[in-house]
Amino acid sequence: MTTRTQSVTAQPRERLYLQLYIATTLAIFVLMMLAGVVMRAVQGTYIHMSPDWFYQIMTLHGAGMVGIAGLAGVSIMWYFLRRYVSLTPGLFLANLILFIIGVVMILGAILLGKFGGGWTFLYPLPAKSMGLWSHNAAAAYVGGLLVIGIGFLLFYLDVARALLAKYGSLGRALGVNQLISGRIDTDHPPTVVASTMVLIVNTIGTLAGAVILVLTLVNLYYPTMQIDALWAKNLIYFFGHVFINATIYMAVIAVYELLPKYTGRPWKVTRPFLAAWSASTLMVIIVYPHHLLMDMVMPDWMLVLGQVISYLSGIPVLLVTTYGALVQIHHAKVRWDTPAKFLILAVFGWAAGVVPAIIDGTIVVNQVMHNTLWVPGHFHFYLLLGMLPMVLGFLFHISRHENETTKDRSVGMGFWIFMVSALLFIFMFLYSGVMSVPRRWAEHLAAWIPYDQWAALFGLVVLLSMLFFTVKLLARLTHIRLEA
Amino acid sequence: MQHLAWYLTLIFIGLLIVIFVSFIFSSKSGESYEEVARRDYRHRQKLFWLVIVAGVIISVTTLLPWPHSATTNPANEKVVQVVASQWHWELSQQQFHSGDAVKFEVTSKDVNHGFGIYDANMKMQAQVQAMPGYTNTLHYTFTKPGEYKVLCLEYCGLAHHNMTTTLTVLSAR
Ligand code: HEM
Ligand SMILES: [Cu+2]
Repeated sequence: MTTRTQSVTAQPRERLYLQLYIATTLAIFVLMMLAGVVMRAVQGTYIHMSPDWFYQIMTLHGAGMVGIAGLAGVSIMWYFLRRYVSLTPGLFLANLILFIIGVVMILGAILLGKFGGGWTFLYPLPAKSMGLWSHNAAAAYVGGLLVIGIGFLLFYLDVARALLAKYGSLGRALGVNQLISGRIDTDHPPTVVASTMVLIVNTIGTLAGAVILVLTLVNLYYPTMQIDALWAKNLIYFFGHVFINATIYMAVIAVYELLPKYTGRPWKVTRPFLAAWSASTLMVIIVYPHHLLMDMVMPDWMLVLGQVISYLSGIPVLLVTTYGALVQIHHAKVRWDTPAKFLILAVFGWAAGVVPAIIDGTIVVNQVMHNTLWVPGHFHFYLLLGMLPMVLGFLFHISRHENETTKDRSVGMGFWIFMVSALLFIFMFLYSGVMSVPRRWAEHLAAWIPYDQWAALFGLVVLLSMLFFTVKLLARLTHIRLEA
Repeated sequence: MQHLAWYLTLIFIGLLIVIFVSFIFSSKSGESYEEVARRDYRHRQKLFWLVIVAGVIISVTTLLPWPHSATTNPANEKVVQVVASQWHWELSQQQFHSGDAVKFEVTSKDVNHGFGIYDANMKMQAQVQAMPGYTNTLHYTFTKPGEYKVLCLEYCGLAHHNMTTTLTVLSAR
């Protein structure tokens, strides 16, 4: 069978897989947001819930959001990358199936087995619940993550094969050869560059995750096999940092590919673009010690690295992607349809999240901000106001009617409500952090409760607007086109 | 420090909002891309070097002296052992005088915990991780009398939020 006929016959099947990805993405985002609002409402004493359930829901929200952000990122990367290289539909589907199996295992662990070890399963907490959850429950959680990780690795393996087949080496796909020779090929797709970066970092990250997951699993049943707690923490935060960051690096492909369709301006690779993505490949890998700034037993040079690389990591985001997006719209004639609005909001959210992140990456600040609500404050900026709007922009674009010219006014309204409520919700996290409120506390002191109550209300509005987008998007699911 | 972080965040995010809004307002004129790109990208390299220089200055001033080192002569420090376990704190000493320089040697018997010192206004003053198998040191000098609190700052299970204790700081000797 020639590739041409293959791609023609494969089309409807691939479209169906994409629809399954999208339906899963939307459903899980809404449910996990509900879990998030419940947590804020519990902290705000609007509803009563015992701490064991709070921490189970916290674990669910963390694992569910990180996982679904990864899945949504994969769908965006797959959607655009398949225009340049030939990906295997079966492996795209396999990732989804393994994901769902993993989700079922995790749900069982948390809802039936009462596992509440936090999504980061920090060793040795999964094995030491003081009788709250069993080793089997912990194993189901850890095993669920492992199954999900294997799905991602399969997908990336296919990406690696496809990129190598077309470009010969990952260095060429990333554009390193162009940086060295100084001859920039402006026809080299940004999507290929970003996908290669994600492939490299997330394969390493997920493998590190697999190592610590397997060790944790073994330790659960053979407690004499102990793990060094500091090594475990390094592996977990390395994996966690890379994985969650990769979700944004996958989703930003939607900005590079789609924003030009609304601005009428090209987004081509340039020398700074390639340099930024090569630098990010390295920086995402070595920046993770900023999660361990309060572990004084870490070698000092690693903590210095954590701070300095955190600063440097801001440069590609601000001076390449944000700058590029702004030049896309500057004195242009932009068609401000829903997707364009979401994509620009996403770039803003990502850029803005860099600010509190970098500030907290400074050791002297981290000494009084680490593990306060400042931390969820910064990453909800990236994720809720960055990553998620990239996904929404992508979905509204690919599901729009062929000749859609009229704007859906209700979605336009929803956009503003979502943006304002999400901003307010995030600022309540940041402000609580300023007030030294610890993160991951089921019950708050009386003085902190007013912030929680405001946050619960804003979070509820975010949830309702997301529910509205979900209904709209599900209704348009049949309009989805692979060539939009 | 917390308020400095807050105001810096508000200023820089405010600046980003102003930039985004003004660019969005400009997005109706339809000028040629080549012209706009040439003008806009001229500034990028300058901005890059500005950021690098600012980053170096901030890094040096915030890393020297090393933030985790003692600010006083180590010989004058009181050494206090801190052992965390699910879900309580054991300290070799919980009463201090204002002006006492203390070296907390922090470890854990079971899972990871976080040793966070809060002053009488519940404002965080300092913290360090408590990790099984390791001893982290935190140097801290009490400067005001009052009832201080220790809060657990690393999620450690069911009663994590109840894992607190009190430090009494008397007026200076
Ligand atoms: C309506 C929207 C959302 C609400 C109300 C919400 C709420 C929350 C709350 C209350 C926490 C725990 C804070 C604490 O430590 O006390 C949390 C943590 C977290 N959220 Fe969200 N969130 C939302 C959206 C998102 C999104 C879109 C993502 C990612 C794509 C996300 C990822 C996370 C993660 C990874 C954690 C850390 C969990 C942990 O500390 O173990 N959240 N969120
Ligand atoms: Cu704790």
